[in-house]
Amino acid sequence: MLLAGCGGRQDTLDPHSHQAGDIANLFWVMMAVSFGGLALVTGLLVFAWVRRRRRGIGGDTEGPHPGERTGWFVVVGMGVVFPLTVIVALFIVSDWAIVNITQAPAASSTAMTVEAVGHEWYWSFKYPGTKAVTADELHIPVDTRVNLVATTADVIHSFWVPELNRKIDTIPGQQNRILLYANQTGVYRGQCAEYCGLQHAHMGMLVFAQPEAEFRKWLKREAAPAAAPTTALERRGERLFLDGACSSCHAIRGTSAKGYVGPDLTHLGSRTTLAGLTIPNTPSYLARWITAPQHFKPGNQMPDLNLPPAQVGALVAYLESLK
Amino acid sequence: MSAAVYEERLERMWQSRPGVLGWVMTTDHKRIGLLYFWTTLVLFAAGGAEALLIRTQLIQPNQHLVGPATYDELFTMHGVTMIFFFIIPMTTGAFGNYLLPLMIGARDMAFPRLNALSYWIFLGSGLFIYTSLFLGMAPNAGWFDYVPLASRQFDPGHAIDFYCLGIIFNGLASTLTAGNFIVTILKLRAPGMSFNRMPLFCFAFLAASWGLLFALPSLSADTIFLFLDRNIGTHFFDVAKGGSTLLWQHLFWIFGHPEVYILIVPAFGIATEIIPAFTQRRVVAFPLVAVAELLVVFIGFGVWAHHMFATGMPTVTVIFFAAATAAVVIPSTIQVFAWCMTFITGNAQFKTPLLFIAGFIFMFVAGGLTGIMFLAVPFDQQVTDTYFVIAHFHYIIFGAAVFPIFGGMYFWFPKVTGKLYFELPGQISFWIIFLGTNLLFFPMHLVGLAGMPRRNYTYPAGLGWGADNLAETIGSYITTVGILLLLGNLVVSYFRGPPAGADPWHGATLEWTIPSPPPEYNFAVIPKVSSAYANWDVEDREEDRRRLAEGVMVLDEGHEQPVSSPVDGWFAEIAEMPHDSLWPIVLAVALSVVFVLLLLHLWMGTAFALAGVMLALLGWHGEEPEETDA
Repeated sequence: MLLAGCGGRQDTLDPHSHQAGDIANLFWVMMAVSFGGLALVTGLLVFAWVRRRRRGIGGDTEGPHPGERTGWFVVVGMGVVFPLTVIVALFIVSDWAIVNITQAPAASSTAMTVEAVGHEWYWSFKYPGTKAVTADELHIPVDTRVNLVATTADVIHSFWVPELNRKIDTIPGQQNRILLYANQTGVYRGQCAEYCGLQHAHMGMLVFAQPEAEFRKWLKREAAPAAAPTTALERRGERLFLDGACSSCHAIRGTSAKGYVGPDLTHLGSRTTLAGLTIPNTPSYLARWITAPQHFKPGNQMPDLNLPPAQVGALVAYLESLK
Repeated sequence: MSAAVYEERLERMWQSRPGVLGWVMTTDHKRIGLLYFWTTLVLFAAGGAEALLIRTQLIQPNQHLVGPATYDELFTMHGVTMIFFFIIPMTTGAFGNYLLPLMIGARDMAFPRLNALSYWIFLGSGLFIYTSLFLGMAPNAGWFDYVPLASRQFDPGHAIDFYCLGIIFNGLASTLTAGNFIVTILKLRAPGMSFNRMPLFCFAFLAASWGLLFALPSLSADTIFLFLDRNIGTHFFDVAKGGSTLLWQHLFWIFGHPEVYILIVPAFGIATEIIPAFTQRRVVAFPLVAVAELLVVFIGFGVWAHHMFATGMPTVTVIFFAAATAAVVIPSTIQVFAWCMTFITGNAQFKTPLLFIAGFIFMFVAGGLTGIMFLAVPFDQQVTDTYFVIAHFHYIIFGAAVFPIFGGMYFWFPKVTGKLYFELPGQISFWIIFLGTNLLFFPMHLVGLAGMPRRNYTYPAGLGWGADNLAETIGSYITTVGILLLLGNLVVSYFRGPPAGADPWHGATLEWTIPSPPPEYNFAVIPKVSSAYANWDVEDREEDRRRLAEGVMVLDEGHEQPVSSPVDGWFAEIAEMPHDSLWPIVLAVALSVVFVLLLLHLWMGTAFALAGVMLALLGWHGEEPEETDA
């Protein structure tokens, strides 16, 4: 059984930022008005059903067009004037006020910038100014405006963490930006929202909103190269990784592995999930993943390597030591 | 001579060949309409089966009924089928073909052979694109087919080539039909039917046809560019070589959004015929409704980029398109309230067709209200590409396009078959479909708001999406039962139904003035028209009978059809309409060969096949003079 959600939710109506909160409130208001509109029209139809055996508002006395005058008043009043008023009001609130609150921050108005790069099928996150690169799990300081730059390594993806803000597509040749902000520490789930091929369904991400100090500590460790293995098993794992197929696709900073097809594994052991939030990062799941990645995520770029269990064990020991 | 003698002469003049050849060579708009009907019904079944597989796969988290590759083909083919191979050919091809000439008092379409060609091309394109499914290389990049996912680099093989060629091929049929409708509506209206006396149905089809004619070139250009990028090595969409991936999206949605209105406006037309018949009341605010039908399509051309709010366009651009989107609301609300007021001021009898129209109004308003929400840019950018959007456009496309199609099936069933359908199973089928579709589509709003993105072949447990998805899947099964009951009712009625007579509903328009099923020449006498509700003008109908007895406006000297001036409907001249012909199907087969050879990259063969197409065209035109002599 695959892991349930891997922590975090992605509910647009459970906002954890001012931006997502404004959008959610906007929705609640629009929903209330919409139910009013739907009730009005349904009411008219039910009214027609109740009066179905009588002819016209004034009956047959008004000739072939009974109630035409009333009809015109309703059509022009409810069909033109009323919706026009509602729409203008909605337009001012949403496309003049809230659109500015939630849109990409002005250049250099934010404390920090993070780069999100969409790949088939995982996210990599970079922190400009440091060497830190991680996959699928983005850490940001809480109560801080973050300028998120979204790009793609291949096709169009869409960066979306519903509880924090609206989404932004990653378009080849474009650098799109979005404001990322969390007003509460916690883990927020996100997911690629633009169809991007076979494993679009398994391209999740987690955003960890941490207190400033905790975040700085995490970033410092993440920017450092991988620690050297300590036990014999881990050393054997490292050798297998560097000499085998792994290093042709994956990078581990501080070693000779510099592949760029798959995610950077420098601090794999510190992550909570694997493969775009498909499975949790535990030694047993990692072993099963290395043995049969196509089982969990059919069509992904990592082939089933058919390694003997002893080699898998060594690789798992090494990778999980990369805290 | 008496009326019966004239009718017999016309019968002899217009009758088709017997047997299969009669159908293959037919240029009769009613037969072509029926061919469209049966073909699109089969394709609807295919698209429906794909939808049921999708829903069954998603019934619970982490299901494995189909794998990701199959799932991607299923949702792509579902979209392509329902839009290009069901709704457009069902509304324009089947309903439009069968009913438009009848409503304007004409004996056929303006270009009967072109009409036959449209059908055979449509059939060819349908077979072409479904061949891909049986070869296991069905299009798999979504009906929207975004690049670079659809480029050769990320989608090698023939799947996307099938898509490009199939769409271009299908677009030919729609373009021909649209042009044919426009000329038919403008020139073939019975003398006296000026624009303001034209049924609203015809306004709707005129609007949809103009829409198709202007929207399709953008899609054709787009798919041709993609085909060239994939197969010839051009770089229209290749960013590395200075192309643009967003170019695809712009061209696609310049077609794609008008397309939505092209899908639903004919359904508005169907609604505006059913409502007067079952309320015995002319539609309230007729001129406003007529203009609104045209305006919806016109404004629909200015809103395409609201499909692209998340692509990082400048805020000013985004707000402009949000405002344009707001503008399209007004003609829609005008129509909704005009329909409702007609219900109220008339004598509404909630028989099955009117129930479907009441259901349609409810669904259209529900889907329209969520549509209005999308003009709120931040909210749009929050829920775009989620199930909230799927809920919205299925309320529109299933609720506002397919409900009137179902209602129309019941409404015109007596006219087409001469039999009445059974009322009680009809009403039951409505309630099952109404409840089923709401159970199917309403929870999609909720699960979309809860963050479930579209086009995912599976989803994890623990995000609170399981219950909604289960309800949706059950709703899809219930809807299927309702549709089967509807079709079953019509089949049984065809064999066992009581005779309907010419006018069982006291309908408003000209098709109810002639026998059911209509004779091949449609109108024994070209009808006198002095309002948009011609069948209710008793004196005009008596005048028709007088004319027929005296042989006035019978036009029985050949395949004769009066031609009128486009706006005022003055009688202009008498046209000689062509007889049936094999050339349309020959030309369509030759075109099919062209598309198959293009798919196989046999460029020389393609050139030869194009020469074949030219020869078929020569043959088509060569026969013409001989015919006028006959």
